[in-house]
Amino acid sequence: MSFNPVLALINVLGLWAALALPLLRVAPNRLVSGDPVYLAELLQTPSRGLFPAGWVVLIVAAMVAAIFGSARRWVHWGVVGIAAVWMATLVWLAGHHASATALTESPLARTALGAGFWSLFALSWLLCLDAVERLQIGFLPRMALVASVAVPMASVVGLGYCDELSILKEYANRSDVFASAVLRHLQIVATAIVPTVLLGLPLAWAAYRHARVHSLLFPFLNLVQTIPSIALFGLFMAPLAWMAASYPLLGRAGIRGVGLAPAVLALFLYSLLPVVRSAVAGLQQVPGAVKTAARGMGMGAGAIFWRVEVPLALPVLLLGLRAAVVQTIGLAAVTALVGAGGLGSLMFEGLFSGANELVLLGVVPIVVLAVLADGMFKALSAVLKGPVA
Amino acid sequence: MIEFQNISKSYDGIKAVDGLNLTIARGEFVVLIGPSGSGKTTALQLINRLLDHDSGRILFEGKEIYSFNVRDLRRRMGYAIQSVGLFPHWTVERNIATVPQLLGWKRSRIDQRVTELLTLFAMDPAIFRTRYPHQLSGGQQQRVGVARALAADPAVLLMDEPFGALDPVTRAALQLEMKRVHEVSGKTIVLVTHDIDEALLLASKVVVLDRGRVVQVGSPLELLSKPANDFVADFIGRADRGIKLLSLRAIEPYVGSAPAAPDAPSIAINATVREAVSCMAAAGVAVLGVRNSDGRVVGSVQAADLLLPVRHG
Repeated sequence: MSFNPVLALINVLGLWAALALPLLRVAPNRLVSGDPVYLAELLQTPSRGLFPAGWVVLIVAAMVAAIFGSARRWVHWGVVGIAAVWMATLVWLAGHHASATALTESPLARTALGAGFWSLFALSWLLCLDAVERLQIGFLPRMALVASVAVPMASVVGLGYCDELSILKEYANRSDVFASAVLRHLQIVATAIVPTVLLGLPLAWAAYRHARVHSLLFPFLNLVQTIPSIALFGLFMAPLAWMAASYPLLGRAGIRGVGLAPAVLALFLYSLLPVVRSAVAGLQQVPGAVKTAARGMGMGAGAIFWRVEVPLALPVLLLGLRAAVVQTIGLAAVTALVGAGGLGSLMFEGLFSGANELVLLGVVPIVVLAVLADGMFKALSAVLKGPVA
Repeated sequence: MIEFQNISKSYDGIKAVDGLNLTIARGEFVVLIGPSGSGKTTALQLINRLLDHDSGRILFEGKEIYSFNVRDLRRRMGYAIQSVGLFPHWTVERNIATVPQLLGWKRSRIDQRVTELLTLFAMDPAIFRTRYPHQLSGGQQQRVGVARALAADPAVLLMDEPFGALDPVTRAALQLEMKRVHEVSGKTIVLVTHDIDEALLLASKVVVLDRGRVVQVGSPLELLSKPANDFVADFIGRADRGIKLLSLRAIEPYVGSAPAAPDAPSIAINATVREAVSCMAAAGVAVLGVRNSDGRVVGSVQAADLLLPVRHG
């Protein structure tokens, strides 16, 4: 018999979250904050011949078995499976209660996800990641497995079991602007990242070759990082507005004191540091002996750069680019304040009107986008690094 | 083949190489040896212009090295350094093919050459050509490094401490392989090391350097029997000098017909005197049987004879 401390800790925390934190909050309408509903109450309600209570007991029993059972592979597979089923169950329970509330009380009633739900959900996700890690499978199968864990849960939502949850109600209300907000968000990120790469890589090359460029560039980039984002937007608004006023051509091209221009400019400056720093670090960690050997065999400077230095620097560069993209996806939310739009505008609208669910409708997709981008870059690194790792 | 004429090279006013004169003939195996900071690596890198000298002339095949295009010059000289010099992101095959590809060889010719070289170094091409450097042992990496240096059949092979990072067993095996490759290919080899045993084993000519100056040039035998001064004697290892000398002598001239005891240990006829003495000390005997290539005992050697100079006639 063995003991899995990570699994045990997560389960204890989960148990506490289930008992002490409200899984849901039910309010008579959108404007008041609701009454807490705990997991235990949900399990006492009989529902359509299903026995959620029995189901949960089964899951808890399986978890205890996994904590004290042997550290075999099939146990880890089992934990991944249970986590996937549990997350789907959680979503289904919440959705089911929301539907029941809508039927029994007024259709204006709001069932919102509570702290208990989010805690249990996050803990389940951790549990799943830990078990996948313990399986010690290759990177791409690991990604595929993590993605497949979301399938049961996504099916529950997709099949309409959760339509009465307030976050989905908000979605239904805003579905016309939601898709365009996501697209706008991606547009902001892309317009910032593409110039970062185009300008950042030559800058990195110059900093790598010339100590003087290095010593001038990095203090500037570091300084930019210390400026709060809202201050940086503000800094650009006046000059951009002046430029647009003085040169109408720029104004017609969309350069204005508010909107996309200051937002993208600021995000571009923020993402420059991780990209340039990682590219320089990548070039610097190419072993000197490799470069000497290349030179000694009669490779020209261009061939050494493109065929030896760049490929060997690429894995480190990708780390920096990944950080830059994830950071920009998050920061892009703030650009809504200067009128750039995107998911941030949903978030701020929710914040200013006190509608928590609307905030979530903006935030959750941002988190999902960041996780997806992160995974994409990890997969790319894994593919590139395959032979060298 | 290569001639240093009064070459000097300084770094920040400190002379790394100081008035070096040296002629390296075709087919020689020249070992540059000296302590750290003696200028041996600098001297080597001056040959393929990885470094530029301050004064003097270096001739390659009778022509000043600066009359060549620098890349052409380097492609005509193989260059091998410690194993880290392999390109980690390329397969063994592509590493070896580096210079042939730069020279624009045809695919089929490159394939053939890679097979040839891997076979030369006793690495099965079917297994190793698609491997990456990190999948190889230290000894295999170094073999690939040398194979890569030999790929385009260069006239000269320059090697900078090629066996420095290896364990003693692998190093000894590779040294013997290198000796064989030199004998088979007849290439001119210039090797830098700080290991005197490596120098004595491999070199046809040893160049001892100290603070940028040549202290002594000679065959291993000359170095051991007539060290030019205290520095060379110390560097060779004063106390070991006699023992090292023994390793340059074959036992063959000492073989006599006096029978060894039937249960006495025996040694192969191509062994060195050092090996014979070592074998005697280990077994606690004063007479060893000598086996010919068939493994038959054909005579014996006596401890008392082995330590004397060879009797002629």
